[in-house]
Amino acid sequence: MTISFPHLASYHIPITTLLQTLFPAARVLPPPAISPRTLHVGARHSPDFVCAPFKYNVGNFIEALQQGADVLFQAGGGCRFGFYADLQEQILRDLGYNFRMIKLFGSDGLSLKKLRAAALEAGAKLSYPRIIHALLIAIKSIRLIDELEFYARESAAFTSDKNTHESLLRSFKNALLHVRTLRGINKLAAQFRRTFNSVQTSVPHNALKIGIIGELFDVMEPFANRFLERELYKHRAVVTRFVNATYLLTQKKKLARKVLQDAAPYLKYPVGAEGTLSVAACAALAQGGYDGVIHVKPFACAPEVNAVPALNSLSRDTRIPVLYLSFDTQDAASLGMKTRVEAFIDMLKMKKQGGIL
Amino acid sequence: MNLVYLGVDIGSVSAKAAVIDAHNNLLFENYIFTQGDPVGAVRTVLNGLTDALKDKYRIAAVGTTGSARRLAGAMLKAAAVKNEITAHAAGALSLFPDVRTIFEIGGQDSKIILIENGIVSDYAMNTLCAAGTGAFLSGQAARLGTRLESFGALALKSETPARIAARCTVFAESDLVHKIQTGAKKEDIAAGLCNAVAGNFLNNLAKGKKITPPIVFSGGVSQNAGVVQAFARLTGEAVLTHKKARIFGALGAAILAKAAPHNSRYTFILPSARFITRAEECTRCENRCELVHLFQNGKIIDTLGARCE
Repeated sequence: MTISFPHLASYHIPITTLLQTLFPAARVLPPPAISPRTLHVGARHSPDFVCAPFKYNVGNFIEALQQGADVLFQAGGGCRFGFYADLQEQILRDLGYNFRMIKLFGSDGLSLKKLRAAALEAGAKLSYPRIIHALLIAIKSIRLIDELEFYARESAAFTSDKNTHESLLRSFKNALLHVRTLRGINKLAAQFRRTFNSVQTSVPHNALKIGIIGELFDVMEPFANRFLERELYKHRAVVTRFVNATYLLTQKKKLARKVLQDAAPYLKYPVGAEGTLSVAACAALAQGGYDGVIHVKPFACAPEVNAVPALNSLSRDTRIPVLYLSFDTQDAASLGMKTRVEAFIDMLKMKKQGGIL
Repeated sequence: MNLVYLGVDIGSVSAKAAVIDAHNNLLFENYIFTQGDPVGAVRTVLNGLTDALKDKYRIAAVGTTGSARRLAGAMLKAAAVKNEITAHAAGALSLFPDVRTIFEIGGQDSKIILIENGIVSDYAMNTLCAAGTGAFLSGQAARLGTRLESFGALALKSETPARIAARCTVFAESDLVHKIQTGAKKEDIAAGLCNAVAGNFLNNLAKGKKITPPIVFSGGVSQNAGVVQAFARLTGEAVLTHKKARIFGALGAAILAKAAPHNSRYTFILPSARFITRAEECTRCENRCELVHLFQNGKIIDTLGARCE
């Protein structure tokens, strides 16, 4: 049995560990890293007008199946994401692949029962305490990834050697691959918090501060947003974002009411998936003195399209500029993103300096 | 020798060059079609200026903009390589210091730029779709058997513009074919298309943006009187254009070059230098970037398209 699942940023590390613990007899094989080939293969076998994350997932699945995967995990969410698993299963079957698809999420989040049933069916004898222990390790790893990345985003542009944070994060993730215990994670956390703290950064007091909001996949997966965060570091910006796996797994449900309150008066009802959060986060960024906001979504993402009119009014009232970026599968996206980001940064700089560059 | 500043705007459809003096006065300009050869276009557009400039002026700095700005910037050792939005804003502001809203429609893109106190305060640029840009108009002009230059004048003759769906080029085209085949007059079709372009711009790009006069309309499509009239009608405001509005990007690039730190090594040897580009897929990581190497006389001078740079 070879298990695989779609990529999302670097979360394949805790997911691999989790699945390996739950299915000790199986081989857990994350798909090859997302590449232009992944996207092309995925787009070729997806409906043209479906959102881009669907196409990335299909590409991941096909590349994993080609390497011998025969059990695929898929999640779901409160938008078209909820239909991904069923449709993707059908597409892959029509292509002639033999596999089992395990659909973990209902509309109400992760289902422990389903996970355990899948494990039992696959022959692993798992007690609830063991599942919970494995999940704890996964969630702790995810929290740690998000914590260090959050920190790195704020100062990545201001280290003396421009790749310091990126290479530190890489070595952290390499180390995380081998951690199997809670104590191991605690040790790693202490070690890398220390290392990050010891990096010399000099953030100028007038540095541009940019917040990223939008649809979860395109915001989190660097390939999908054509490495937007790295582009912002080149322009020497402090970067922050709200959406990460920690938020989605541990806070989203709890904060749902507060998020809707924070999005008022621009939204009265939730607009689906992370659309409501986009508005609430934009309001928080405006209040927090951020210079600009970049809204990222896959082309035709319904919840985020819903959020746009609210963001427009919010931007007009609070005078915080919002740049809207839509991504699909086109190759020119990288250049288009760079042009628009450069213009956006120019605009923010001119605003700050009060004149032409 | 007087010091001057050169701005070059290499777009998808046309290539523009502008030369300004130290007070941002436009001295010379040139406009040609890119014809799918940006490297050749840089050479040709500058060849047209060489005679006028050669013995009397020295180019102190070069700025480039447009979709081939990196390529042109590398060829010309530019002091400023700037995106089209900043460049167009700088160009329009130099001639219309009080402008509050800029509509710009070029060959493959369109943008709206809002200005407050002489600074860009908001902008939007079309993404993913080229509906309602110059390329669409020139395609439809060809279908009607009309020269692009006389398209605007033709549109102005219309008294009953055809209604053409503005939302999408493909939809617009089916509407258009239908109207032609049911016997609509050419000028009504032309006027309908101009309305469609202006309507598309205002409904999509300018959606949610506060349009404040004075409005300046620039870019190649601003030379089309039919579109200008449609914008004026739809916004209820006067829409200003300028006979040099096609070269605002180049003008802005020259102004930005002047403001950038510079020490120009630009000489007029360019016409004799040999530039070639070669594409390659990088295999050093899974991104598989499509690289384009630019060679000058056989020596590599720049590589474009790498994500890791």
